[in-house]
Amino acid sequence: MTDTALISVHNLHKRFGRKPVLRGIDLDVAQGEVVALLGANGAGKTTLMRMICGLAKPDRGEITLGGVSLRRAGRELRRYIGLVTHAPLLYDSLSAQENLHFFAALYDLDQPEDRIESVLRAVELWARRRDPVRTYSRGMIQRLAIARAVLHSPPVLLLDEPDTGLDQSSSQMLHDLIRRLGASNRAILLSTHNLDRAVEWADSVCLLGNGKIVRREPTGQLNGDRLRQIYAEADGTP
Amino acid sequence: MTLTAPSHNPPLSGPQTDLQPVSMRTEGGLRAYLRKVVAIAAKDLRAEARAKENLSAMIAFSVLAVVVFGLAFDLRVPRADMVAPGVLWVVVLFAGVLGLNRVFGAEVDRGSLSALLLAPIDRSAIYFGKVIAQMAFMLTMEAFVVPIVLVIFDVNLFSPWILAGLFLGTLGYVSVGTLFAALTASTRARETMLPILLLPVMVPIFVAGVGLTANILDGREVAEFGRWFLILAVYDLVFITIAFLIFDLIWEDA
Amino acid sequence: MTTAAMTRRRTATGGWEVALLALNVATVIAMAALVWASLLYARPAINLSGDEQTAQRIFYLHMGCNIGALAGFIVSLTGSIIYLLTRNLDWDRATQASIEVGTICGLGTIVTGIFWAKPTWNTYWTWDPRLTTATITVLLYIAYLLFRNGIDNRRTRARFGSIYALFAFLSLPLTYYSARWFRSIHPVVFSGDNPEAQGGFALGATMTQTLFIAAIAFSLLFSSLMILRWRILRLEDRAAELREEIE
Repeated sequence: MTDTALISVHNLHKRFGRKPVLRGIDLDVAQGEVVALLGANGAGKTTLMRMICGLAKPDRGEITLGGVSLRRAGRELRRYIGLVTHAPLLYDSLSAQENLHFFAALYDLDQPEDRIESVLRAVELWARRRDPVRTYSRGMIQRLAIARAVLHSPPVLLLDEPDTGLDQSSSQMLHDLIRRLGASNRAILLSTHNLDRAVEWADSVCLLGNGKIVRREPTGQLNGDRLRQIYAEADGTP
Repeated sequence: MTLTAPSHNPPLSGPQTDLQPVSMRTEGGLRAYLRKVVAIAAKDLRAEARAKENLSAMIAFSVLAVVVFGLAFDLRVPRADMVAPGVLWVVVLFAGVLGLNRVFGAEVDRGSLSALLLAPIDRSAIYFGKVIAQMAFMLTMEAFVVPIVLVIFDVNLFSPWILAGLFLGTLGYVSVGTLFAALTASTRARETMLPILLLPVMVPIFVAGVGLTANILDGREVAEFGRWFLILAVYDLVFITIAFLIFDLIWEDA
Repeated sequence: MTTAAMTRRRTATGGWEVALLALNVATVIAMAALVWASLLYARPAINLSGDEQTAQRIFYLHMGCNIGALAGFIVSLTGSIIYLLTRNLDWDRATQASIEVGTICGLGTIVTGIFWAKPTWNTYWTWDPRLTTATITVLLYIAYLLFRNGIDNRRTRARFGSIYALFAFLSLPLTYYSARWFRSIHPVVFSGDNPEAQGGFALGATMTQTLFIAAIAFSLLFSSLMILRWRILRLEDRAAELREEIE
């Protein structure tokens, strides 16, 4: 194991009740790398991400972040992880600003005001910062969720289908953000159903099928169609 | 350990301040812990102040319950003031369940529970923050129920001893109730399960509460009803301590 | 070597099987002895008459069930604490088994109490502190079983069950004392109702002996039922594990 791999997953197994979902996952994401995780619904992408954040426990296997075992130092490591899922993880009767203030308190941020302002401006929600999240559109909610995830500038970023339900401009904003975050020496693991975006946004793609990583390809030589081919070969349904 | 927040930025056009490094106070300590407890309590209180769904339901239900009890006993019980202590505590216990259902229920429904579990905090801070918020809700509800019981049953409940007993009883109720709410939050039939689990464990509080309220209304001496305060104090102490110690266990394998 | 032969060899592990068989036989004998003693051997209470005198014999069953419920309490409290410390599922099964048997004994206590109360005190129910505590105990047990039923994950079920059991059983002493203090100041509403007198009959020699037999018989009964149930739970878990391995 090299210490450029910020996220290191080794031989991960998980079953829900009687159904095995992950049957031995090995995955490394290096610092500065953006990896796209692809797979059918129910393939285990979300489960894998939840385990990397420490929200779920694997039955077998090891997860290390930056060389530190998650099993041993889970609580401390959470400080360095950011997560975006399809559930917004926000409080909809509070405003964007109040939401971020709350999370800033939980993460012990110094000078939260400045940080919150810069993050909100980056996702272009500064103008609507005082409105309750309840009044936001889907795209805005997702942007705020991303703001929440990067508020504490975590080196490890997990994005679970962040582009679902986003309109074109929000999606473009997300792309810019991911590219910039990736360039700043973070390890980013994202999952998506959109193969074109996967090729565009990530440095490499991993195909998750049948509980294992079946293919891993750098995106340099790939385009959407080639990826669709590979996907169909590996799994059956794009 | 190579995990530090990134300390450099590539030059970019457009808003780039989002990628500045952040400084976090990572030392632990009691003050940091309390800050988080207060943050969680404040968030719950603020969310409720905006949404206004939880507290108003509790108050409406409890007032309605007192009126119904009043009517039911008026038809048959010669001296209604004898049942007032029982009515007070029954209403508090049952109305409280409405609030407790939402403690973790709302978080699970909205998915924000994961956000709390993701944060680098001691899970017991979540527990205490929520207990404080729930106490505020229950005491507010009781501020409505006590005068109404006073009026309908014609009993003077505004004795400091009765109110102290009500406070201690509510504390025990909320402490255990919040923990049980966490236990039931992710199980099936969560709303019906919580009262079934909670109410039998509340019997000491209920009996002590009714006992002391009745004693005080009957005009007895402190030496006589002091024992009820003993039960309430022991209950609160024991259960808050244990809840604090084992709250972490609940979230072991999400 | 066929699977059937392997299974048979596993279950017929000599010592334990024989011991369990002996225990079950002893239980049957002891319970039979109890039936004889409570109905025939024990002499009728001298200071009682008519219905009340016959009804007094229920007392032996009532005390026996009480012992069973108490045993359930002790075993499950121990089991839940040890499970939380060791995470050995055998202790969780012991907790569940003892609570299930304890529920039956507790219900027995309540029902025999009702049958005893009506001829003796002319009321079905008294808020006697022991009866109150027994009732709350049964409610706690039922809540525990219902709660477990709603959790799918095996380990979560064990953990949450143990946590609930811990809280539930810690509250019982307080419940008992609060019920006792409540009764001592409560106005006596029903004639002849003396909560501390327990039906007020003097214990003769045969009655004491019968009580002794009841204590032994019900302890044996509790143990047999609990161990048998524990074994079934163990096999059920094992079957589930095997099913998972096959997939």
